[in-house]
Amino acid sequence: MSTDTLPATEAAPAASGSTAARRNTLRSRRRSNALRTLAFMSPWLIGFGFFFVYPLVSTVYFSLMKYDGLNAPEWRGLDNWEYVFTSFPQFWPALRNTLWLCVVMVSCRVVFGLGIGMLITKIKTGAGIFRTLFYLPFLAPPVAATLAFVFLLNPGTGPVNTLLEAIGLPAPAWFTDPAWAKPALTLLAVWGIGDLMVIFMAALLDVPKEQYEAAELDGANGRQRFRHITLPNISPIILFAVVTGIIGAMQYYTQPIVASKVASGVMGGSGVTFVPGYPDDSTLTLPQLVYSLGFSQFNYGAACVVALVLFAFSMAFTALLMRRRGGLIGSGD
Amino acid sequence: MTLTAPVTGTAARRARRTALLHWIAVHSLGIAAALFFVLPFVFVVLTSLMSDQQALTRDLTPDSWHFGNYLKVFETEGFLTWWKNSLLYAGLGTVLVVVSSLPVAYALAKFRFRGRHLSLLLVISMMMLPPQVVIIPMYLFWAQQMDLSGSLWPLIIPMAFGDAFAIFLLRQFLLTIPDEYVEAARIDGCGELRILLRVVLPMAKPAVAAVALFQFFYCWNDYFGPQIYASENPAAWTLSYGLESFKGAHHTDWNLTMAATVLVMAPVILVFFFAQKAFVEGVTLTGVKG
Repeated sequence: MSTDTLPATEAAPAASGSTAARRNTLRSRRRSNALRTLAFMSPWLIGFGFFFVYPLVSTVYFSLMKYDGLNAPEWRGLDNWEYVFTSFPQFWPALRNTLWLCVVMVSCRVVFGLGIGMLITKIKTGAGIFRTLFYLPFLAPPVAATLAFVFLLNPGTGPVNTLLEAIGLPAPAWFTDPAWAKPALTLLAVWGIGDLMVIFMAALLDVPKEQYEAAELDGANGRQRFRHITLPNISPIILFAVVTGIIGAMQYYTQPIVASKVASGVMGGSGVTFVPGYPDDSTLTLPQLVYSLGFSQFNYGAACVVALVLFAFSMAFTALLMRRRGGLIGSGD
Repeated sequence: MTLTAPVTGTAARRARRTALLHWIAVHSLGIAAALFFVLPFVFVVLTSLMSDQQALTRDLTPDSWHFGNYLKVFETEGFLTWWKNSLLYAGLGTVLVVVSSLPVAYALAKFRFRGRHLSLLLVISMMMLPPQVVIIPMYLFWAQQMDLSGSLWPLIIPMAFGDAFAIFLLRQFLLTIPDEYVEAARIDGCGELRILLRVVLPMAKPAVAAVALFQFFYCWNDYFGPQIYASENPAAWTLSYGLESFKGAHHTDWNLTMAATVLVMAPVILVFFFAQKAFVEGVTLTGVKG
């Protein structure tokens, strides 16, 4: 990593007489460059310190304290950590749900996204219209989309169950059945596949045409071409989709909390305190625990412990993403 | 020659028939997929136009069309305030993020300085940070130190200090602008700020548009932020947050709830139709190009 933008002639130490003078201008030039960099970087530097470093350090601090926002914090050592891992009943269900989401929801999204991406590259007539229609659900605001799906999938009068029964299929209770709540959320996530579709579409169009032509001459059938040409070519993009999908699953918050609120009928203003995870903790995720521990139980210490667990997982997968895909950072170094 | 001619004829015919079958198969699949993506919207809109009673039945299409449902939604107490708040949050947020992120992205893409690589890694880490991780200290700061809870300012003010995602996306785009443009302007004695505004910005318009769109949608869709900071004060609620309580207040009126849902989705989809190209470019830029 070089440290300046000076042309080579200036950067090289001058061997001639006026060395000192040149070195001086060089130094002041360097200093003004550093100042300029500092000025351009300053919004982010302040933001980084204030909205990242400070709250992270503070979260670690509160995780060792008993604090409810009213009384002064009291040192408790690792008590909060022990509480969350051994006696807090919702922690392990939330972690299990996250694992489920990482495995099932992420693979459904990747497989379906790839399928839709391949389909859209094959469609010749009306491709633009198809692409827009496939993409639109991705744009639906999460709260609105979730509300729509709770309605569409409501067991009593929802259109989906009405249609399922009309063709003689079983009609699950979706968001009100612990076994079906996560599949219902998966359906919602698969509906909003537009982002992956665009990414896979671009990757598929980048696969060199000659490779397909050569394979066809060698008599490879469709499945062999997919297995030996398409897959190896787009595998970095699949990895990218999987890892960003896992990071997304860790942070999964709005859809499950809105779905469980609406499906359970516990709303703001009804006087009943809402406990996330309805039905039976089946939609609970770690970010929701931070919310319920911190903002309805006012147990800031335990909330910070869960926040740090969430942080550790997110950073682990981010590191994986950056290591396996140096391309994310790109050229220019 | 006379022997092979008919053979090629049938082969060509067979090839044409396979191509036609292939076309039919692909487009049938396409239509099936399109139904999966579009039908939820259709059912939502159809339900939003039903009468109160019919919305509680299993009927799929309205017997009579009640466009007045939309008026009723607008007349609901608070709905217009939520609209105003969403526009304020999304509008101000977008402007602040673009203005504060562009110079940072420019420095990361075009300046060479010690710690540049590290800064970029930290930007990416911030981008991947779930907002819930730091929410406890942030809430305590805004609520106790600044006394700003019950408003959207704790969400808007931080946007004046750059957004990691915006910085990353802009930096990725600025890398694709050849250094020669910047160098040439420097040799002409142009200051860096002027290079950024006069040389780089005009070339980076698509990326800036994509960032602005993403940011607008992010604010418009944000549920967690308003839930933390604004929940205690309904006058500060945004549409995304208020929509959920709308369902609470209109417990059994699925028609009104669906009308409200349509009204929350509509602006985003309208904006998309006007700016489709910039949006799709942005998705590709962050996802694929490295």
